[in-house]
Amino acid sequence: MKLEPAGAGVLVVRPGMLTTIQDAGRWGVQARGVPVAGPMDPVSHRLANALVRNSPQAAALEITLLGPELEFDDERVVAVTGAQFDLSLDGRAMPSNAPFIVSAGARLRFGARRAGARAYLAIGGGIAVPPTLGSRATHLISAMGGLHGRALAAGDVLPLGQANDVYGAVSLPQSAVVALPDRHAQVRVLPGPQTEYFASDALAVLQSAPYTIAQNSDRMGFRLAGPPLSHVRGADIISDATPLGVLQVPASGEPILLMADRQTAGGYPKIATVIAADIPVVGQLGPGDTISFSVCTLREAMAALIAQERTLMAVEAGHL
Amino acid sequence: MSSHYRIVPAGESALIVEFEERIDPVVNATTIGCANAIQAAAIPGVRDVVPTYRSVAIYFDPLRTDTDALLERITHEAESAGPGAVVPGEPVRIPVCYGGDLGPDLPQVAAFAKMSEDDVVRLHGSTTYRVFMLGFVPGFAYLGMVDPRIAMPRRATPRVRVPCGSVGIAGVQTGIYPAETPGGWQLIGRTPVRPFDPLRADPFLMKAGDAVQFYAIDRAEFDRLQRDPNLAGRQPGGADAGEAS
Repeated sequence: MKLEPAGAGVLVVRPGMLTTIQDAGRWGVQARGVPVAGPMDPVSHRLANALVRNSPQAAALEITLLGPELEFDDERVVAVTGAQFDLSLDGRAMPSNAPFIVSAGARLRFGARRAGARAYLAIGGGIAVPPTLGSRATHLISAMGGLHGRALAAGDVLPLGQANDVYGAVSLPQSAVVALPDRHAQVRVLPGPQTEYFASDALAVLQSAPYTIAQNSDRMGFRLAGPPLSHVRGADIISDATPLGVLQVPASGEPILLMADRQTAGGYPKIATVIAADIPVVGQLGPGDTISFSVCTLREAMAALIAQERTLMAVEAGHL
Repeated sequence: MSSHYRIVPAGESALIVEFEERIDPVVNATTIGCANAIQAAAIPGVRDVVPTYRSVAIYFDPLRTDTDALLERITHEAESAGPGAVVPGEPVRIPVCYGGDLGPDLPQVAAFAKMSEDDVVRLHGSTTYRVFMLGFVPGFAYLGMVDPRIAMPRRATPRVRVPCGSVGIAGVQTGIYPAETPGGWQLIGRTPVRPFDPLRADPFLMKAGDAVQFYAIDRAEFDRLQRDPNLAGRQPGGADAGEAS
């Protein structure tokens, strides 16, 4: 797939609440303090690209809570995955989780949101903004990547790559799509990397009741209100790396779940890490939603990830 | 040489090598040497190797990594890591216009240190600092150790906006804000050099393990350098000066 701008573009008529350009993330430069960014629900992002036969790394739109209205310069295959929105193309209802053709001059509108928090719109050929440090992912705090490092605004024009002629005339089976949470998700964690900083019952407390995602949560992380976790060695550590999905716990005892736009390092102890296979469902939660944690084994975490990968690879190969 | 370390998992997709739990140049040099060796090994499936003050995070795709071989390699590198592996190159030299509106906290730091502003500037510029790690925002380097006499703690109330290029002190740490961000460090001056510029051939002025020195310039020189598009703050010896292996 080529990603040189092909001259054609997409006009942003209305940007939605928070619509950003995301590829698979800016890996390899965290040692220089550069955050990874990338999609909050990486599985839905990959599925959207697969449906239009883009590479899994292609840049697509992440659409948050309130969707955009877009006008296309030329004919393109598109697909929407993740959060369920009422989609219309020049007034005609369109399906999610299936590719469809948008003709030149047509307007794609995201209407009411039915479930989930973040939808992904992939466009055949990908969004061809210039990469920064090897990635097109938007990181909002450092104003890097995407379109001028920010969320889309009305009047923006998104450059598109060279479109592929082929696309899979398929829709995704229900088993392949991310199960959208009904404002509550149960997710699995692996203990660590700093469980020894916490009281011996802290992991039990973490699993004892749901936590509510605070209003001031964003792509960096979800602040969680719920049973506080007790430290036994203070709430400060010498700053170290902060993986995706880790639960860091400041002095208040209420954890912060670090997500796509997290900083590369942080100074709070981390009690547990959400398994990779459950990150997509976390990415479908928003402020006010609740989340419950349960400790699992490494074997379970790997089994879940392998099952998820099998499905993704089958979709990418056109077998589903 | 063998060092004290342990290896802990963070989920199924990351391993962390932890060295001794203190902020110390020798521990940090061991950490960076270990990170460089793991990076140089170019192990299939590894996505990122991230050294911090005293730990190395290895991020990998567990579906595309031989995790037993990875753990074995990490153990070997942690076992053999020592502070001698990384020899810093020529110091990165950073021009700073101290005080005035570019360094609004210099009077407070002088009062804290019970010395003149000139003496604070002299002490800040007389140390060769070490880049312990980068973090916070792209290109932000945590430098130490600041002379204890001028090691003033952070401001009680952080500023909402710290201008790009501001040079600050926070206890024994000093650093340059590479972008306009909120920040609580005591601002003693500003540099026209950009620690991070994604459009530059080498976007980053510093990497972990580098040596850094500050030197004073006046306001006219600051203004001149800020207008000079060629002043990229290139470090002598090129971008890879001081890289191990």
